[in-house]
Amino acid sequence: MQKSSIAFWCGAAVFLIVVLVLTQTIRNEYPFFAGYVILQFVVLAVAWSILGGYAGYVNFGTNAFFGVGVYTAVLLIKAFEAPLGVQIAVAAVIGSLLGFGVGLLTLRMRGIFFSIATIALAIIIETSVTNWRFVGGAAGIQLQRPPVMAPFDTYVKMLFFVQALLVVVAVATTRTIQNSRIGRGLQALRDDELAAECTGVPTLRLKLLACVISGALISAGGAPAAMYLQFANPESAFNLNYSVSVLAMSLIGGTAHWIGPVLGAVLLGATQQLLAVTISSEVNVLVLGIMLVVFVVGAPKGLIGLLRRAPSRIGDRK
Amino acid sequence: MTAPGEAPLLRIEALTKSFGGFVALDNINVDIGKGERFGLIGPNGSGKTTLVNCISGALRPSKGSVLFGGEDITTLPPNQRSHRGIARSFQIPRPFRSMTVIENLMVALDFAASRHLLESASHRRDAAMAVLTRIGLASKADVSTAALTQVELRKMELARAMAIGPKLLISDEAMAGLSTSEVDEVLDLLISLGGEDIAIIMIEHIMQAVMRFSERVMCLDAGRIIAIGSPSEVMGNPRVQEAYLGT
Repeated sequence: MQKSSIAFWCGAAVFLIVVLVLTQTIRNEYPFFAGYVILQFVVLAVAWSILGGYAGYVNFGTNAFFGVGVYTAVLLIKAFEAPLGVQIAVAAVIGSLLGFGVGLLTLRMRGIFFSIATIALAIIIETSVTNWRFVGGAAGIQLQRPPVMAPFDTYVKMLFFVQALLVVVAVATTRTIQNSRIGRGLQALRDDELAAECTGVPTLRLKLLACVISGALISAGGAPAAMYLQFANPESAFNLNYSVSVLAMSLIGGTAHWIGPVLGAVLLGATQQLLAVTISSEVNVLVLGIMLVVFVVGAPKGLIGLLRRAPSRIGDRK
Repeated sequence: MTAPGEAPLLRIEALTKSFGGFVALDNINVDIGKGERFGLIGPNGSGKTTLVNCISGALRPSKGSVLFGGEDITTLPPNQRSHRGIARSFQIPRPFRSMTVIENLMVALDFAASRHLLESASHRRDAAMAVLTRIGLASKADVSTAALTQVELRKMELARAMAIGPKLLISDEAMAGLSTSEVDEVLDLLISLGGEDIAIIMIEHIMQAVMRFSERVMCLDAGRIIAIGSPSEVMGNPRVQEAYLGT
């Protein structure tokens, strides 16, 4: 194993241990309640950047994948009382199938047309779920949490740890893609699809792969939200704010390196949580918009772009 | 040219390509041999780039077939054709703009040239540097493609095509927009690249370059072959002169 890989996995292990220790030592539940949302956004932003960042296909349907994750969990809970792990795994499978479908769209559509098609997809799925009585329809559905598992004393703390695990899975996957020839192939096809094809890059296969992985991770990241809120309705599960936030987080962080979306999600996610407590949750969207404008004008390559200009080049670390 | 009894490297059979009612290529038949230097000329809109697109896979012919090394590749996507050894440059350079020069070549080495068993990353980098040295771009290896001049971009495209390890290299107006001395530079480069079992199809409007480069020349006009043969034969052909100069 390379030095950088050892450092990465050590970092991931330390991260998970710290998370575990925090859940065992802090009694107040609120930090975990707020932190869960931030971790969730890290998963979504990192997963989004596989397709939106490396491949340059701007997916505006993050909410479709997220909602599919939530409702896969709802369906499994309602029908089989399936445990959390199963909910997440099945959500990932359904998300990857949906990703495959979106990947086929890339055959015919690029740029803004692809983005619009993904919005349309989200609306189609939301409308279907709204009219599906079994999972609660438009009114939504209340869910009962099962007893929490040891060593956690509350369900939210357990969900916080589970989401931290998903963060590690998402980041490790993205990092592997970035450092492999798949990453270079995606970058090539983002720059010029025909030139990439003629240089030997199997563009369709790579785009499908990126869509499948990205979709699986977003849906997996969305699945625990059902139990987190103990409630699900189509309007919130398929909220377009997920798409906008995730896009903003990735762009603000920068998409050239996996650390970009992580930084963006932590920064924006934390700001949003802070604003929701101190002012109101409505201000979130405003702040999001302002930050996006500031970054697009001032730092088009995101935080990564700013850091790379600094003496210690973060891009050199893999 | 192809020795008797030996299959040609590239065989184009009864190839027709139409866009709606417009016939861009009409029943083209031509063989290109191993290591041959082949000049493709014709006035603007005569179908040269369309033919190249049908060979490289960017377009599918409406009728007819393309055989490479005896294998029918008519329906293969471009990436599979490049794996078989067909490389091309573009009329308007299409670099991977977010990458440096050597990274552009690494794409080719990562994907097209896996059969060369360039397993470790350092091997691939060495191979990329070897191609750049040959093309004369070694000093620009770590420069972003955005900072290259026109002639350097042309060379970078040739280098990227060469990194595939091609048997057939298609150069689509690699000299367009270059100064006289730069044309000579690129032409010398192309002549030096050919020969070692690499056939080159060169599309060009600069006649001196075509005459110096080609072993055989084909002239297209309105999607049909109007002349094919040695450079002097084709240049002397009244139909070719008519196509270029008008009557």
